[in-house]
Amino acid sequence: MAEITSLLHGFGVALSPFNVMLMFVGVVLGVIIGVLPGLGGANGVAILLPLTFTMPPTSAIIMLSCIYWGALFGGAITSILFNIPGEPWSVATTFDGYPLAQKGRAGNALAAAFTSSFVGALVAVILITFLSPVVAGFALRFGPPEFFSVYLLTFCAFVGMSKGQALKTITSMMIGFALAAVGLDTVTGQLRLTFGFTELLKGFDFLIAVIGLFGIGEILLTLEEGLAFKGARAKINVKVVLETWRELPRYWMTSLRSSAVGCFMGIVPGGATPASFMSYGVAKRFSREGEKFGTGQVEGVVAPETAAHAAGTSALLPMLTLGVPGSPTAAVLLGGLLIWGLQPGPLLFQEQTEFVWGLIASMYLGNIAGLIVVLTCVPLFAAILRIPFAIIAPVIIVICAIGAYTVHTSMFDVYLMLVFGVAGYVMRKLDYPLAPLVLALVLGDRAEDSFRQSMLLSQGDLSVFFSNALVGGLTGFALVLLFWPVLAAGLRKIRGG
Amino acid sequence: MKLSSAVRLAAVAAACAISPVHAQSGGWEPTKSVEFIVPAGTGGGADQMARLSQAIIQKHNLMKQPLVVVNKPGGAGAEGFLYVKDAKGDPHKIIITLSNLFTTPLATGVPFNWRDLTPVAMLALDQFVLWVNAESPYKNAKEYVAAAKSAGAGKFKMGGTGSKQEDQIITVALERQSGAKFTYIPFKGGGDVAVQLVGKHVDSSVNNPIEAVAQWRAGKLRPLCVFDEKRLIYKEKVTDKMAWSDIPTCKEAGVDMDYLMLRGIFMPGGVTDAQRDYYVELFKKVRATPEWKEFMARGAFNQTTMTGNEYRDWVAKTEQRHRELMKEAGFLAK
Repeated sequence: MAEITSLLHGFGVALSPFNVMLMFVGVVLGVIIGVLPGLGGANGVAILLPLTFTMPPTSAIIMLSCIYWGALFGGAITSILFNIPGEPWSVATTFDGYPLAQKGRAGNALAAAFTSSFVGALVAVILITFLSPVVAGFALRFGPPEFFSVYLLTFCAFVGMSKGQALKTITSMMIGFALAAVGLDTVTGQLRLTFGFTELLKGFDFLIAVIGLFGIGEILLTLEEGLAFKGARAKINVKVVLETWRELPRYWMTSLRSSAVGCFMGIVPGGATPASFMSYGVAKRFSREGEKFGTGQVEGVVAPETAAHAAGTSALLPMLTLGVPGSPTAAVLLGGLLIWGLQPGPLLFQEQTEFVWGLIASMYLGNIAGLIVVLTCVPLFAAILRIPFAIIAPVIIVICAIGAYTVHTSMFDVYLMLVFGVAGYVMRKLDYPLAPLVLALVLGDRAEDSFRQSMLLSQGDLSVFFSNALVGGLTGFALVLLFWPVLAAGLRKIRGG
Repeated sequence: MKLSSAVRLAAVAAACAISPVHAQSGGWEPTKSVEFIVPAGTGGGADQMARLSQAIIQKHNLMKQPLVVVNKPGGAGAEGFLYVKDAKGDPHKIIITLSNLFTTPLATGVPFNWRDLTPVAMLALDQFVLWVNAESPYKNAKEYVAAAKSAGAGKFKMGGTGSKQEDQIITVALERQSGAKFTYIPFKGGGDVAVQLVGKHVDSSVNNPIEAVAQWRAGKLRPLCVFDEKRLIYKEKVTDKMAWSDIPTCKEAGVDMDYLMLRGIFMPGGVTDAQRDYYVELFKKVRATPEWKEFMARGAFNQTTMTGNEYRDWVAKTEQRHRELMKEAGFLAK
């Protein structure tokens, strides 16, 4: 097959000693960027972009994309250890990762997260290698109604998750929607809910809310509970990786499903963050042990991490073939391509064979490099939990503050982070779930934009969400998921007679 | 003479002696790193231009202090403009502008105006082109507008970036010229718009050349006309048959409308002439590099540049034009 030949040629390009060195440098930098909350992959790549200006384009993209892989891996570390998502797409990883760490199984959680990230990426790269022309065409079918139905699906996959306190879940989600509405409205071009405060012009950034709600909130809770991390008993042993690997094959169905969700969301492009939420929600719904999700299930780490990495990787496909970035980091890489004198778009695969296949080969190699780097560090990361709380807590607060500051280089955001921290503490004390708030904040304005764009297109006709098989199928599936508890109960009744 | 000022003078003198390049800049040069504000998101046109400048400055060693690009996109760029406005007298901040320098304060009422800033230099002007899907039957702007008109109000969809910004202003002006009525659909970025047009979710767009060129070369889009008084100057073939210079102006095509977008540099208010001149010289050198010229050709930019009073007058005139266009369209903040 032509792809195999091209790919082997690509490996030849990517495996030069200089490029391999860049790969490892990139991965290590990326992991550091991923660990620091706030300094996301997009910022990291943007800061380092000018450095690559003097390199050959292939080496430059290899290094930058390896930073991206590193950041994808690194985001999970603080989520699991401290309940602080280093990157938006690792919020869902905290749901089961942090409870696992509290049970003393941080090493397992980290090994599972890294391994499933790798699996997700591998599936996505194989997809890119063999199916890119077909898949690129698929992305073109997504207009505003299709995007809205995808967001609706994410919400619906997630909303039925919390049991019992439906009112509290809805309250939390509505607060998230309200926060998401602050700032400039894309459709009317008007400022909303800023009350004349110029600090509110840019709206509430998802990252700052997450750092505050999860990170600072967690520190406050721990303070109250007697200044000790429960994860201190973590085993520090390389064997933990092997032990986790023995356990992982059990979750092959979840891996497969999550990879599919991730690739789909990356190509569409919906992005890695919604992919991780959707995948977690779907896994909880369909897993045999779904009831136990949230209490520290390895499967609950596998699902979001696989999907996030699959989405993050396949997000490069629309960038290369259509010139549309599937993620903020991809947007910066896209700018990089233009600066290096390459034109992303349908002709890139024909005109820049060496570049494209070098990049694809580096996706395989970069992820292997990343996996080696992070897995060897698992015991080291887990050992961080042995540091006494009195020392680590101030360090975490400082890192959170730096993270919040770097998002927009603004002091206001640091204060905002503290406010969110207190809010997170209060909400948890009162037993309000944080996840719906975060999900509504990250997807609320995108869902709103695509809904209103659809309404403009259809001139107010709601049937646009069922106007073709694709959008109708997505919307229908979303509704089924939303009403699944009711439907399931109904089915049981019928069967029971 | 006080010791500190003597030291500073000596330092400046030494700097001038070491680097003759900086000697021309009237004695002032940055003493710490310079922030280059982009009042738009990462990956957009302004961001690309800023990061390219940064890379060129670094590669050719045009500045001793580092230049750091910072994105402040909140509130359609208002965040970035207010940040620079508040830094009155600070010569270590520069900002690259797009049309939101005019449209954002006019549409949202956020309190800033270009007069709060010091104009440094116009780097280039960005073009707008009317694009349709290559599979659509329309071969020129006249046919397309006529079809939109006869289809009835709101039947044809125009995709564009943002709301009450340049793309929508052009759309409204086009409507007033032709009597056709479009449904304008705002998207977040120019790349999104181009793909929505390729996917036939909208009927046309007024993308900048660089946003749509990849799809044009791939035979997915067709340019109908360019919103400038003269044709583009780039004669090198972009597709098999056409070069940028082969696209007729909209005026030739019977739609008398032109619009160009400023890509220029400003500083905070209250800086000295020597400080401003330093950046004027700096960007003159940036524009002289082959990398910059290549970027201009790739994005089919209008390479008009201005500095000093000429630039100031141009900005004042352009602001007035935006005020009129936006008033006619009903976009002014109440």
